[in-house]
Amino acid sequence: MSPLLAGLTWLLVFQSAGEALVRLAGVPIPGPVAGMALLTVALLVRGGAPAAMSVAADGLARHLSLLFVPAGVGVMLHAARLASEWLPIVVALGVSTVLAIAATALTFQWLVARQRGSVVDEAQ
Amino acid sequence: MSGAAQPFFELWVYLAATPLAGLALTLVMYAAGWWCYARSGMHPLANPVLIAVALIVSLLLATGTAYQTYFDGAQFVHFLLGPAVVGLAVPLVREWGSVRRLALPIAGALAVGSLVALSSVVGLAALLGASPATILSLAPKSVTTPIAMGVAEKLGGLPALAAVFAVTTGVLGAAIGKYVLDACRVRDWRARGFALGLAAHGIGTARAFQVNADAGAYAGLAFGLHGLLAAILMPLGYWLWTGLAS
Repeated sequence: MSPLLAGLTWLLVFQSAGEALVRLAGVPIPGPVAGMALLTVALLVRGGAPAAMSVAADGLARHLSLLFVPAGVGVMLHAARLASEWLPIVVALGVSTVLAIAATALTFQWLVARQRGSVVDEAQ
Repeated sequence: MSGAAQPFFELWVYLAATPLAGLALTLVMYAAGWWCYARSGMHPLANPVLIAVALIVSLLLATGTAYQTYFDGAQFVHFLLGPAVVGLAVPLVREWGSVRRLALPIAGALAVGSLVALSSVVGLAALLGASPATILSLAPKSVTTPIAMGVAEKLGGLPALAAVFAVTTGVLGAAIGKYVLDACRVRDWRARGFALGLAAHGIGTARAFQVNADAGAYAGLAFGLHGLLAAILMPLGYWLWTGLAS
């Protein structure tokens, strides 16, 4: 079996396992997210991803944005709502996206610097 | 419709009714979007999703083709979001050593970022007078499309509208992320990637992977964690909120 096909098969197997798990447990988590968690645990136990899986996963990750095109085209269904509420939508989406990026990056950077600072203190 | 154009019109009607047309259109227009993106030197504003969506919507409107007809074919591409989300485990495990060392920054940035993303969009939309259905569909805008649709449905928003807001946010974050991060003077690739993945989910993650491998891995991590957190906490939080309010 080609690495790409083998890798894709494994991803679909873990997605199915994730779907089955959330159904059986009755939790409101999307199946693929549960599948990702299961695969993470499996790969950590195994000590890394097999080459075939890396080929498929990296291939999908590199063209992740293609997969959002069909949902994005759905914008044509909501033209009326978007036309009547464009101001709150545009302002809320724009400002919130800027704030979320800035807050996340600055928190991450601040906590890394703090952690590094405390490691240096302990070394002295 | 008459004369010489008639056979072509009939051909289009025939092709548009098969899944082939929607699928081929998605890939061809994405290829066109990618070509523009590559030609611009991967400029963040020349986002391939934005270009592809604009081209496809124009074509569908010009030919009077319904979205559902298009989606019958395009759903095969949409479906691959599932295995792609599962596959994010691979870069995550590859980076596991540094992820463990940075557990505190990751948890802190996830908590602060997801709260800011949610509260600012809901607060601003409510303040500017958006309707309740729009506000509830905006709430999961920074979470990846399939999860945003599921969350919006649980909150009483409109899943298809939530998908559009999520894609718009992803395109926006991928386009302006660089400028926001430069203005904040954040140079660490891991922090930059994590912020893009958290605020702009899969589209931000794709952009991060194109710029830097470390940024991509941390974007994928943020994208997965935020999706997981939102899927669990947003319906629960809304349930508590409405319970307390009534």
